[in-house]
Amino acid sequence: MIARWFGRLTRGAMLGFFAYLIFAPIANLALWAVAIQWYFPHKLPLTYGFRYWYDVFKPTSDAVASLGTSLVIAVITVAVCLLMAVPAGYALGKRRLPWRGPILLILLLPQAFPSVAVYLNVARLFYIVGLNGTIAGVVLVHAVHGLVIAVWIAAAAFAAVDPELELAARNMGASAARTVFTVTLPLAAPGLIAASIFVFLESLDEFTGTYFVGVPDVTTLPLMMFNASLNGNYQIAAITALILLVPSILFMLLIERFLSTETLAKIG
Amino acid sequence: MSGSAPSPTLPRGHGGGRSAAPAASRWGPASASAFLLVAPAVATVLALFVYPVCTSLVSAFTSRQGQLGFDNFAKTFALYGGDIIFTLLIVLVSTALIAVLAAAIGGYLVLGRHPGAVAALKWLYRWPLFVPFIVAAQCMRSFLAKNGMFNNTLDALGLVDVGTLGGLLDWRGVIVTFVWKETPFVALLVAGAMAALDRSGIEAARNLGASGMRILCEIIVPQIAGVFTVGLVLAFVTMLSVLSVPLMISGGSPTMITVDMAFRVNSYSDYGVANALGVVSYLIAAAAGWAYIRRNLAEAAA
Repeated sequence: MIARWFGRLTRGAMLGFFAYLIFAPIANLALWAVAIQWYFPHKLPLTYGFRYWYDVFKPTSDAVASLGTSLVIAVITVAVCLLMAVPAGYALGKRRLPWRGPILLILLLPQAFPSVAVYLNVARLFYIVGLNGTIAGVVLVHAVHGLVIAVWIAAAAFAAVDPELELAARNMGASAARTVFTVTLPLAAPGLIAASIFVFLESLDEFTGTYFVGVPDVTTLPLMMFNASLNGNYQIAAITALILLVPSILFMLLIERFLSTETLAKIG
Repeated sequence: MSGSAPSPTLPRGHGGGRSAAPAASRWGPASASAFLLVAPAVATVLALFVYPVCTSLVSAFTSRQGQLGFDNFAKTFALYGGDIIFTLLIVLVSTALIAVLAAAIGGYLVLGRHPGAVAALKWLYRWPLFVPFIVAAQCMRSFLAKNGMFNNTLDALGLVDVGTLGGLLDWRGVIVTFVWKETPFVALLVAGAMAALDRSGIEAARNLGASGMRILCEIIVPQIAGVFTVGLVLAFVTMLSVLSVPLMISGGSPTMITVDMAFRVNSYSDYGVANALGVVSYLIAAAAGWAYIRRNLAEAAA
C-alpha cells in the first residue's frame, strides 16, 4: 500500500517536473507579454496590462507591418515551392527517372548542410544582381529551404496513390493528363496540403536567411522580434514571440492527423 | 524550424514506376519528360544552394591578395580556434543530452505500466516540436535570466537565495535551449520506431525478470539504432547551423561560430574568414554525416 502510494507520488512528481521544464519558459514569456512594469528583485511583474498589446497591434506599428510582410512572403513561398515540388514529387513518386539517386541527393542537400555560410554567400550573390533587401530575394531563400520538405512529402503522397485507380481511368479512355488532374492530384491532395502547411510555417519562422538577405529593407516578424529583444524591449518581443508561437503549437496539435507515429516509423 | 521536419529520406517502397517497366530503355521519351518535371526544382537548388557552397569554398581558400592558399584558415584558427572548440562542445553535449532524454521518453512510452502517466507524457513532450528557434531563444532569455522564472522557482523552493545567483545566459543557456527545442523531434522519431517494434522480445525479457532500464538499453535501443542515428545527426547539424540562439543567449565571448561568421561579414566585410569558418562547419557536419553513412553501411552489410 505504502509502496504504491510512493510510486504514484514519484510518478506525479516526475511528470510535474517535466511539465515545468516544458511550460515554464513559455509561461515566463506569456508573463512578459502582460507585464507593464517588472524589474529585479521582484519575482512577478509589478503592474499588469495590455498597453503593449495596443502598441503592437495599432495599425501603424512596426509589428503589424512586419506581420504583413511575413504573411506575404510565406504565401508566395508556398506557391513557388508547390510549383516546383508538385511536378518533381510526381516524377520521383510515379515515374521512371534516370539519375534518381543523384537528383534526390541534390534536392536533399539544403537540409543537410550548415546554412549560415551558404546564406551569406547567397546574400553576396543577390547583392550583385540586385535581389538583396527585396521580397523576391527573401522568397527565393525560403523556397530553397522549403523545397526539401515539399518535394519529400509530395513524392511520398504521389507514391501512395494506387496505380490501379490511374489504370482504371486510362482504360475508360481518359488521357494521361486528364488522369493526373482528375485522379492522381486529388488523391495526393492531403499530402500536398500538409506540405504547404510545412512550407508556410518554415517561411513564417525563418530567421537566418532573412537576416542576411532581407536587410535592411525587408523586416519579417522574426527579425522584428529579434530587434525588439536585443533593444531590451521585452514586452514587445514577448508579444511578437507569442504571435509566432500560436501557429507552431496549432500545427503540433494537428500534425497527428497528417502523420501518425507509425508512419514516422517507416522513415529513415 | 530548420531540420525539425521529418528525416529527408523517402519512405521505403516508393518509386513503383521504376519496377513497373524494367524492360524499357533507360532513356525513353517517358524518362525524358520525367526529367523535365524535376528540372525546375533541381535547377533552383543548384543555383541557390550548390553554387553558393562552391563560392564559399573558393572564397575560403582565396587570400586577400587573390592567391589560392590557407591564409584565411590561419587567421580563422588564430582568432576563432577557441570558438570552434566551444561550438563543438556545445553541440556535442546537447546531442548527448538529447539522446538520453529521447531514449528515456520513448522508453517510457513503450514500457510504462501506467496508462495515465504514459498518456500524460505523450501529450507533454511534443509541445516545443515546431516552436521556432528564435521564439525558444526569447523564452529562455526571460526564463534563464537572473530574475527569470528558473532562478525564482529555486528561490521560492528555498533552495537558493536569488540574490546570490547569476543568470544562465551563457553556454549553459544555449545548451538548455537546444535540448528543449530538439528533444521532442528526436523523441518523436524514436518513439515511432519503438512503437513499431515486435513486442514479443520485450515481453519475453520482461517475463524473465529484466528491468525496464535493461530492456530499453539492451533490447529496444539496438533495434532502433538506425532511426536514432538519423534523428541525432539531423539535430546535430541543425544546432550547428542556428544563428539566433547563440546571438540572443550568449552574445559575448566565447560564442558559436555562426555568430562569428555574421560578425565577420557585417563588421569587416571579411568574406574570406567568414567562409573559412563556414568550411569548418561543413567539415563538422560532414563528420556527423559520416557517422550516419557508416551506420547505414553496417546495416546494409548485416
